[in-house]
Amino acid sequence: MRLLVLDPVQAGRKRWPGSILSCWRHPLSEPKRASLFITCLVDFLFPGVAKAMVKVLRHYDVELEFPENQTCCGQPAFNAGFRGEARELALAFLDVFEGCEAVVSPSGSCVAMVKEYYPELFSDDEELSGRFQSLADRTWEFSQYLTEVLGITEFPGRRDGSLTWHDCCHSLRGLGVREGPRSLLSSVEGAELLELEKSDECCGFGGLFSVKFDEISSRMLSNKLACIEKSGAESLVATDCSCLMHMAGGLEKRGSEVRALHLAEVLADALEEGGTGSQEEACS
Amino acid sequence: MKPRSDQFHELSSEALDDGFLREALTRASSSFQAAKTDAVDSMPDWEELRQLGHDRKNRAIENLPEALEVFEKNLRSRGGEVHYCEDGAAARDQILSIIRASGGSSVTKSKSMVTEEIALNDHLEAAGLSVLEGDLGEYIIQLAGEHPSHIIAPAIHKSREEVAELFHDHLGSDPDADIPELTRVARKTLREAFLGADIGISGANFVIAETGTIVLVENEGNIRMSTTVPRVHIAVVGIEKVLPRRSDLATLLRLLCRSATGQRVTSYISFISSPRTEGEGDGPEKLHVVFLDAGRSKLWADPTQREALNCIRCGACLNFCPVYGSVGGHSYGWVYPGPIGSVITPNYVGIEKASQLPQASSLCGRCGEVCPMKIPLPDMLLGLRAKAVEAGSAGFSEKLSMRVFSMLARSPRLWRLLLALGRPFYRLAVRAGLASVLGGPARRWSRSRSLPLPGRSGFRRWWRKDVEKGGE
Repeated sequence: MRLLVLDPVQAGRKRWPGSILSCWRHPLSEPKRASLFITCLVDFLFPGVAKAMVKVLRHYDVELEFPENQTCCGQPAFNAGFRGEARELALAFLDVFEGCEAVVSPSGSCVAMVKEYYPELFSDDEELSGRFQSLADRTWEFSQYLTEVLGITEFPGRRDGSLTWHDCCHSLRGLGVREGPRSLLSSVEGAELLELEKSDECCGFGGLFSVKFDEISSRMLSNKLACIEKSGAESLVATDCSCLMHMAGGLEKRGSEVRALHLAEVLADALEEGGTGSQEEACS
Repeated sequence: MKPRSDQFHELSSEALDDGFLREALTRASSSFQAAKTDAVDSMPDWEELRQLGHDRKNRAIENLPEALEVFEKNLRSRGGEVHYCEDGAAARDQILSIIRASGGSSVTKSKSMVTEEIALNDHLEAAGLSVLEGDLGEYIIQLAGEHPSHIIAPAIHKSREEVAELFHDHLGSDPDADIPELTRVARKTLREAFLGADIGISGANFVIAETGTIVLVENEGNIRMSTTVPRVHIAVVGIEKVLPRRSDLATLLRLLCRSATGQRVTSYISFISSPRTEGEGDGPEKLHVVFLDAGRSKLWADPTQREALNCIRCGACLNFCPVYGSVGGHSYGWVYPGPIGSVITPNYVGIEKASQLPQASSLCGRCGEVCPMKIPLPDMLLGLRAKAVEAGSAGFSEKLSMRVFSMLARSPRLWRLLLALGRPFYRLAVRAGLASVLGGPARRWSRSRSLPLPGRSGFRRWWRKDVEKGGE
C-alpha cells in the first residue's frame, strides 16, 4: 500500500476528524478496510469516478480491495419488475461481497438497492435475508462512508470555482444523504457552494424510465437544467453517476458550459492542491 | 368512467405539448408544495402524527368488516339507511332507485371522486334527471364536459380566461370577468340550484363506526348546502373510509387538511349522524349511505397492495410528483391520477388495462415521503411492475434482454470481456454520431441528451496495473 506523505495540517485533520464524539465513535487507530463496488455504469462509462474515489479513500489510509468478479447489482431488472433476475443478481452480489468488511460505492441508487431491497427480495427465506441484511449494514454510499464511517466533516485541499449540489433521489430519500456531502464540499478551500433551487427534485432519469417515457423524462430534465443554469455555478456535483450522466447529457445537448462532476472527482481534485487537475474522464 | 389508462403514452404526449397546461401545473404544484411545506414545518411533531395516523388507519383497515357492521347498526338506529354495492353498476342502480322512490328530479352534488369513479352523472342524466355539481371546480368542468384532473382541485387545468368564456357561453356573464366576478356568477347560479334541489348527493371523507357519523371536509360550503337543503341526502362512500372510533378522527383530519391545502383546518367540516330529527329546523327527511366496493375488497385481500386503502385523498403525492407535474391528471386516463392513481387504477380496472401507469414513474420517492399516511407508494409501484411481468405483460424483447443481461452479469469473465471489447465499439459509435446503431433506446435517449463518451481505458486495467503492481 502506498504511504501517504502529508503536511502537518492535513495530518492533524486526518487524525482528528470532526468532533471528539466522532473520534470516539470511529477510532482511527483501527485501520479501515473497504471493498470497492464501482457499479456497472462506472465500470463501463465513468472509470474516472472510480479512480477518484480510490484516491480520496487512500488519502484517509483506507485499505482498499477491488473484487474482480463484481458486475451489476440487478437494479435495472428489479425496477422493471423482473424479480427472478433481480434475485439471481443479488445472490451473485452476495457471493462476491459477503466476506468484505465494508463495501463502498459511488452510487446512491445501487447502494439503496443493496440496503433496502436485497433483504426484502428474500423475505421468504430467513437465513438468506439475514445474510443480506448483514451485508446491507456494511454497505455505504461514498459520501456516507466519508462522513459516517470515517467521521470526516472538513475536507482538506483546494479547488477554486463555484459548485452546486443536486440531491440524487435514492441517496436523499433512500439513504438520508443530505448534509454530509454539502459540508464536505463547502469545507474545501476555494470552493463556493451555490444554492440549487429544487435541489431535491428528480432529474428525470429513473433508469429505463428515461427511455421508456423519454418525453416526460426530458421535460423533468429541462426543468432541472433550468435550475442548474439559474444557480450560476460552474459545476454541478452529485453522488450518483446515473443521474449525472443524465444531467451531463442534457447540459451538453443544450451547449451549456456547466460541467457535471461526481463528488469523488471534486474531492480528488481538491487533494491535488489548488488544481482543477486531471478531469479527462469526468462524468461530463 | 371508462378507463383509458392504456393510452397513457399518447395522452401524456399531448399534454406535454400543451403550453398552457404546463404553466398551470407549474403554478399549482409550486403553490400546493409551498402551502404543505409551511404547514408541516410549523409542526415539530409531524412525523409522530404521521406515524399515529398510519397506525390508526392501518387498524381501521384491518378491522374493516366489523367496523362496517357497527356503522350500519348505529346509523340505522337513528333512521339512516345503508346499502352495499359490489360494483359501479350496482351503485348507480341503487342510487337511481332511491331517487325514483323519492319522486325527485333535480340533484345537486358535492365534489366526490367516488361518484366520478362510477360515472354517476352520466347515468342520472341519461335517466332524465338534472344534475348540478356544487363545487366550483366541479361545476366548471361539468360545464366544459370534462373530468377532474386533480383529486382536490378538479379544474386545475383551466385558466381564468377559459372559465370566463365558459361562463359567458353558458351563463351569459361578461367574457372578460375577473375571478371574484366569476365566483359571484357561479355562486348565484348554484345558490338557486341548491335551494330548489330535491336530492343532494355527497361523498364522504370519513365515516365513524362508533357513532354512525358521516364526516365531510370542504372549503366552499356547497357540501353543507347539498346535505341539508334537499329532502334526500345520499352519501356515496368507498368502504375503506370507515374509522372504528371517534378518537381516530382528529389525527386524520389534521393530516388531511395540512397535506391537502396547507390549512390547519378547512372552512367547513360537517358531521352527519341522522336524517332530520323532530324539532330540527333543517336537514333531509331521508339519509342513505351507499357503500361501494368496486375492487376494494380485492385490494383488501392482497397484503402487498392493501395499504393503498389507507389513502385519505389529500392529493399531496400529486402535488409533489414531477411526473404528474409534467403531464397533468388527464394523462392517467381514469379518475385517480398521480402516484396514488398509478397504484389504485391497475388494482381497480385491472393491470392489463393500466400496465403503463406503474411504469410511468422515475421512482424518485417523493410521493412516499410526502404521503401523510406513509403509504409506501414507490414500493407498491415496484410491486405492480413485478405483477405485470408475472402476468406476462412484458414484451418479448424486454424479457429476452433481461434474461441475457442476468446471464451475462452472472458470468464475470464474459462480463469483463464484453466491457473491454464493447467500450471501443461504443466510443466509435458515439463519436460518429451513430446513436441509431446502438438501437432504439439510445435513439430515444439522444433526442434530448448526448450519450456519454467514456475514456479509452477502463478502471479494471488501471487498478491491476497502477495499484496492485505498486505503480502509483
